Amino acid sequence: MTDAIIEVSNVSKSFGGVIANRDVSLTVQRGAITGLIGPNGSGKTTLFNSIVGYHPIDSGSIRFEGQEISQLRVQEIARLGLLRTFQTTRIYGKMSCMQNMLISIPHRKAGFFDMFSYERGEVVERAEHLLVFVGLYEKRYLRAGSLSFGQQKLLEFAMALMNEPTVLLPDEPTAGINPTLINGLIDRLKRANLEFGITMLIIEHNMRVIMNMASKVYCLAHGEMLAAGGPAEIQRDQNVIDAYLGVH
Amino acid sequence: MEQVLANISVLAAMPIFNLGLLIDGLLVGSIFALAAYGLALVWGVMNVKNLAQGDFIMIGGYIAWSLGRHGIDPLLGIPVAIVVLWGIGWALYRTVISKVITRDLFTSLLATFGIAIVIQQGLNLAFGPDTQSANADLPTLSFAGELITIAAARVVGFVFAILIAVAVILFMKKSRMGQAIRATAQDARAARVLGIDTEKVYSFTFCLNAAICGAAGVLVAVVWNVQPFLGTTYSIRLFVIVTAAGFGNLPGVIAAGFGMGVFEQFGGFVLGAQFQQALIVLLLLAVLAVRQLQQLRVRQAVQ
Amino acid sequence: MNRTPLHPLTIGVLLLAGIAAPLLFPAYTNQAAVLWLMIVFASTWDILGGQMGYNSLGNIFFFGAGMYTSAVVQIGLFYDVGMYTSGARTTHIVFTTAQYFSGFALGTIAGGIGAAALALVTSWIVFGLRGPYFAIGTLGVAVAGAELIASWEWLGAAAGISMPVFPGAPETQKLFFYFLLFGLAFVVLIFLRWLYSTNFGLAINAIRDDEEKAEAMGLYTRRYKRVAWSISAFFLGIAGAIFGNMTGFIEPRDIAFPTTTFNIFMILMVLLGGKGTFWGPVVGAIVFDVIKEVTWTYFLGWQFVTLGLLIVIIVVYFQQGIVGWLMEKYPARFGIRVAPKQSDQYARGLGLAPHPEVAE
Repeated sequence: MTDAIIEVSNVSKSFGGVIANRDVSLTVQRGAITGLIGPNGSGKTTLFNSIVGYHPIDSGSIRFEGQEISQLRVQEIARLGLLRTFQTTRIYGKMSCMQNMLISIPHRKAGFFDMFSYERGEVVERAEHLLVFVGLYEKRYLRAGSLSFGQQKLLEFAMALMNEPTVLLPDEPTAGINPTLINGLIDRLKRANLEFGITMLIIEHNMRVIMNMASKVYCLAHGEMLAAGGPAEIQRDQNVIDAYLGVH
Repeated sequence: MEQVLANISVLAAMPIFNLGLLIDGLLVGSIFALAAYGLALVWGVMNVKNLAQGDFIMIGGYIAWSLGRHGIDPLLGIPVAIVVLWGIGWALYRTVISKVITRDLFTSLLATFGIAIVIQQGLNLAFGPDTQSANADLPTLSFAGELITIAAARVVGFVFAILIAVAVILFMKKSRMGQAIRATAQDARAARVLGIDTEKVYSFTFCLNAAICGAAGVLVAVVWNVQPFLGTTYSIRLFVIVTAAGFGNLPGVIAAGFGMGVFEQFGGFVLGAQFQQALIVLLLLAVLAVRQLQQLRVRQAVQ
Repeated sequence: MNRTPLHPLTIGVLLLAGIAAPLLFPAYTNQAAVLWLMIVFASTWDILGGQMGYNSLGNIFFFGAGMYTSAVVQIGLFYDVGMYTSGARTTHIVFTTAQYFSGFALGTIAGGIGAAALALVTSWIVFGLRGPYFAIGTLGVAVAGAELIASWEWLGAAAGISMPVFPGAPETQKLFFYFLLFGLAFVVLIFLRWLYSTNFGLAINAIRDDEEKAEAMGLYTRRYKRVAWSISAFFLGIAGAIFGNMTGFIEPRDIAFPTTTFNIFMILMVLLGGKGTFWGPVVGAIVFDVIKEVTWTYFLGWQFVTLGLLIVIIVVYFQQGIVGWLMEKYPARFGIRVAPKQSDQYARGLGLAPHPEVAE
C-alpha cells in the first residue's frame, strides 16, 4: 500500500473576514498524480499557498513525509523536496535557459563553498538532458525572458525537474497554453511522474487534462471540500456538477 | 551618561514636568501628523515614497520667514505657501514624478532624493546656511507656577494643523476628487476602467501633498525653526511615522504623528538636543526591525 | 552578462594604464588615485545593486567603519587611543617609520575584516527588508554610523582624529597612495570577474530577477545576501582605511560617512555606466569622475544643485546607462542571444512589421 506523502488535515485559512479554506483535508499518495479542482474562488490557490509555505494557516496541520511543515518558510519547504510552479510562470528572465537550469540544482545538497565553483560535467549534462526532455535544447543559450509564454512554461517545468523534487505542485500547468501544445505538456508531466517517480498534486481547470492524468481528484467549492474520488466518480458527482454550473 | 540619568531623575521627581513635555509633544506632533498624512497619501495612491517631503516643508518655512522679514504676519504665509507649493508640486509632477511612477520603486526613491538635494542646495544658496525662525510675536504661557511653559505659538500651530487636517480629510471624504483619489489608491486599473482620469488624480494628489507640506512648513517656521538641510531630518521622521503606522492606515498615521512628537520631546529632554538626529535614525531602524519580525510571523519579508 | 574570465589583453591594458598614469601625468596623481577609488565604490555597489537587485543607500557605512577601525589599530598599537583623540592632549605624538607602516598594514587588514564583520551584523537588520525599505534602512544604518561616532569621545567624536603622518616626501606619499588605490581597484575587478563566473554570480542574479522564485526553488537566499554584503563591505573597509590615511584626517560626517557625496556618487556612477554589467560601473566611474573634476570649479556654489539635477536626469531619462544602452543596441557583441519574436512573422510577411534587430 502506498503511503501518504502529503497529509493536509482540517486546515482553515481566512483573510480578514473572508474564509478561504474551511476545515479542508486531503492526502496525496506517494508516486501518484492527484488533482485539485474547483470553480474560481473555491480556495484552491489558498490551499496551495498554505502547503508551500506562502502564508501561515489559521488551524489544522500539514504534514510532508510525516513532518509538520505548516510553520516552515517557503525556502525550507522547498529544500525538503516539495516544489511548486507558478500559474504566471516565473523564470529568471535576464539569464539564459541554461543558466536558469544551472541555478536550479537542488541546493540542499550543496555545501557552503560550492557557491564559489561553477557547474560542469555531470550537472551540465543533466541540465541538457532535461532541456531535451522539454524540447528546449536548441534554445538553451537564449535569454529566457525572450522565449514565448509556452516555452517559458516548459522551462519552468524543466527547472523544477532539475531540482530533483520529491513532490511537484504544478499550479494550473496548462493555463494560457495553446491547445495544440497541451498534449505535449500532459505527456511530459506523466513521464516525469512515471520515469522520475515524482509525486504530483495539480491544480487544474481543464477537465480533460486532469481526468486524463490524475488517479484521485479532490474538488473544492466555497472553501470546503466538496467531493473526493477517482476521476470517473468525480465527473458524475452531482455536487461537483452543480458547483461548476453555479447552482447553489 | 550621568547627564542622562540626571535628566531621568528630574522627570521622575516632578510629574508635572512630564505633563509639560506631553502637552508640548502633542502640540508639535500635530504638525508631524499633518505632514505624515500627506506622505502616506502620496505613498498609498501613487506608490511614490517622497524623500523630498521634508524639503517641501522647508520651502514652506522659508516662505513664512520671508514674509516675516517684510513685516507681514508669518501665519498669513499659509495660503501663500499652499499656492506656491501646489505650483511646485505640479511642475515636479509633470517633469519628473509622472515618469517614474510606472518604474520600479527604487527609481522613484532616487528621483525624489535628487529633488531633495536640489531643493536643499537651492535653499542654501538663496537663504544661507543659518537656522532661521519666523517670529510670530506670540507670548509664552506658563502654568503650574512656571513649571510648565508652553509657547502660544505652539498652540496656534496646533490649532492650524488640526484645521488644515480636518479640511483635507473632509475633502477626501466628500468631494468627487477625494473619492476618485481613494478609488485610485485601492485599484488604479479599476478606477481607469470606471472612467477616472488617473493621471489627473496622481497630479492632484502630489500637488495636494506639496501644499500640505507648505502649510506645515509655515507652522514649523513659527513653532520651531528652518534651515536648508533640516529637511532630511523631517523626511526620515515622517518616514518613520508612516512605516510604523502602515501607509494605508491613515488614522494610525495621525496617531503615530502625535506619538512621534511626544517621543521626541521626552527623548530630547533625557538625552540632550545633540542626539536628535541619532535618535530619529535609531527609531527608524527600530521600526524597520519590528516590521521585519512582524512579517516573519506571516512568513513574508517587508516589501 | 559575460561570465568568461578577463582577456589577458584587457588585464594588460588595465595594468599598463594604472602604472603609466602617474608617470605620464604626475600632476594628476591624486585625482587619478581618487578615480581608482571611485571605481572601487562603483564596482562594490553594483554587487548588491546591479547584480543582486538590492539598492543600498548605505554602503558608505563600511567605508567609514574601515576608516575608523584602521585608525584605532594604527594608533592603538602604540599609544592609548583615548589619550590620542582627546582634545586636551598636549603631548606631541610621533610615529616612527616602522610604526607607521606596520600599523598601516595591520590597520588596513583590520579595516576590511572589521567592515565585513559589521556587514554580517547589520545583515540581520536589513535583509528582511525589500526594495525601498531596504534602501531607507541602509541609509539609516549609514546615518546612524555617522551620528554614533560623532558622539563617541573615545573616537574623537565630531572633532575627528588626526591620522599618523606619512614618513616620507610628499611625492613619495602621492605615489604610495596612488598605487595602493590602483592595486585595490585592480584586485576588486579581477576578483569580481571571477566571482560573477561562479554559481555565486548566477545565484545573486536569480535573486535579482525573481527572489520569490529563488526562494521557492530552495536557494539559500539569506546566505548569498550576507556574503555579497560582506564582500562589498570588505573592499569598502580597505578602501576606507587607505583613504583615511591619504587625507590624513578623519571625521564622521564629511569624510568617513559622507552620505550625500561618495554615498550618492556610487549609485550615480553605476546608473550612468550601466547597472548589472561588469564594465558599466567602471565606465560610469570614469565618465562621472572626469566630468565632476572638470565642472566642479566652473559650477562653483552650484555643484550640489547640479548633482541633484544629474541624479534626477539620469534616473528618469537614462536608466540603463551607457553600457546598458550599448547592450540593447548590440546584444550579440555582449554574448546575449534573444529569441526572434514569433508574432512578428505573420505581420512581416504582409510587410507590416520590421525585421527583428537581434538573431540567434
